[in-house]
Amino acid sequence: MPEAQRPRPQPTPETRHFWDGTKVGELRLQRCDACRKAYFPPRPFCPHCAAREVSVFKASGKGRLYSYVIHHRPVPGFTPPYAIAVVELDEGPRLMTNIVDCPQTPEALVLDMPVEVAFERLDDEITLPLFRPVKG
Amino acid sequence: MKPGSIAIVGAAETTELGRIPELSQIGLHADAALNAMKDAGLKPADIDGIATAGETPVTVAHYLGLTPKWVDGTAVGGCSFMIHVRHAAAAIESGLCSTVLITHGESGRSGIARTRPAVSPGSLQGQFELPYGPMGPPTLFTIPVLRYMKTYGLTHEQLAMVSVVQREWAAKNPRATFRDQITVDDVLNSRMIAYPFRLLQCCLVTDGGGALILVSRERAKDFPRKPVYLLGTGESVETPMVSQMEDFTSSRAFRVAGAKAFAESGITHRDVDHLMIYDAFAHLPIYGLEDLGFCSRGEAARFIWERNTAPGGKLPLNTNGGGLSYMHSGMYGMYALQESVRQMRGIAPAQVPGAKLSVCHGVGGMFAASGTIIMTNEAP
Ligand SMILES: [Zn+2]
Repeated sequence: MPEAQRPRPQPTPETRHFWDGTKVGELRLQRCDACRKAYFPPRPFCPHCAAREVSVFKASGKGRLYSYVIHHRPVPGFTPPYAIAVVELDEGPRLMTNIVDCPQTPEALVLDMPVEVAFERLDDEITLPLFRPVKG
Repeated sequence: MKPGSIAIVGAAETTELGRIPELSQIGLHADAALNAMKDAGLKPADIDGIATAGETPVTVAHYLGLTPKWVDGTAVGGCSFMIHVRHAAAAIESGLCSTVLITHGESGRSGIARTRPAVSPGSLQGQFELPYGPMGPPTLFTIPVLRYMKTYGLTHEQLAMVSVVQREWAAKNPRATFRDQITVDDVLNSRMIAYPFRLLQCCLVTDGGGALILVSRERAKDFPRKPVYLLGTGESVETPMVSQMEDFTSSRAFRVAGAKAFAESGITHRDVDHLMIYDAFAHLPIYGLEDLGFCSRGEAARFIWERNTAPGGKLPLNTNGGGLSYMHSGMYGMYALQESVRQMRGIAPAQVPGAKLSVCHGVGGMFAASGTIIMTNEAP
């Protein structure tokens, strides 16, 4: 499996909930208890209003393809050409990801197409949130 | 900074540019620094402030034999040097020091003793970007552009035209790495790197360096070269993660730095004779023209297509050939500053006749940071 050689994220105390979530099939975001804004990447306070009172919640896992490039050069763990994409989640935040179950071509990767999370297990500790086109 | 209170009195690049296998990174800093000191008629003992990125100010001060009483190691990528100019101006104006040397050197191509910032796998980039396969700037800096293309209808041909026009400028510059004319078709037929970016839309990778020396206006007239006065400066940062930019069609750091520099200088866009916008990739001049306020949203590509920034156009842009054709060691901002200074001194290879005012805009990281410097050759 080429995926085994991807750069492996190293969870920190502030991001542990996110990686615990992907392991059990949940995409977890955070929301500020004070201003109610959802945010990403994880941190133990609100980046909009600095409140420390924040909650972790399970996101829908749905979003749209926001932007991407298709890399044509070899990288350990990847078979070119492959898209490095940014998805905008229905809850608002954007995150970098890869798009699976989809040809890695401009024709197939259409901006704003609906996508949903597809979890890719790397090892016992790390499962990555990838995305795939929503069928139908 | 009070407009015109600080001047650049020394400016030079490394003796060679391109492939310099006989110098390490610190050697490139030193070669540029010695050239700039010679340009200004100064010795190491005359320098009392040092700013640099890539190397630390400690390393550069020791290597050159300096005893600074002011140091700045701001290292936010390729626009660090614009920010050094801004900080140096504030330091001189407030009396912290009197003569600042800013150095850059980078063995980008030969890779001799090059320092590279490592991204920890536990950092936010390490956790939330690197696992998805980006490999350096060609795969990160470029990510927002498809969103820009969809929002404003920017075409592949228009994006290719940026490289074509800059090569026209490079053709006039004997020190430019690439000088052969290219067409839109040449760009669109060059090797695909990271769709929609092809080889000719990505910057060079070369060795080189540059250095600047700044003093107060009062002292500036006593130097051998025509002083170049600072009119306005700006800086900002946004995010180390391109995926977390607020707006994929515009850089917040560009807008903040540019607006601050323009406000400080008191000039209008119509006053600008010459413009440098750090072009690591072909979309940068488009974002820069709009975020600095030279063009309305979505209009910059047409502005370039209609040859307004080309030789003979009303807003000469990246007149050295830019990072796309002149040189790009990794942190190109220093070379953009050098070209602005040359234009203000009237000695640029592709000199803009009668140019009195230059705007020099830099980017650091992947839209992570920005610095803008506005300069003039007219004494305040
Ligand atoms: Zn909040």
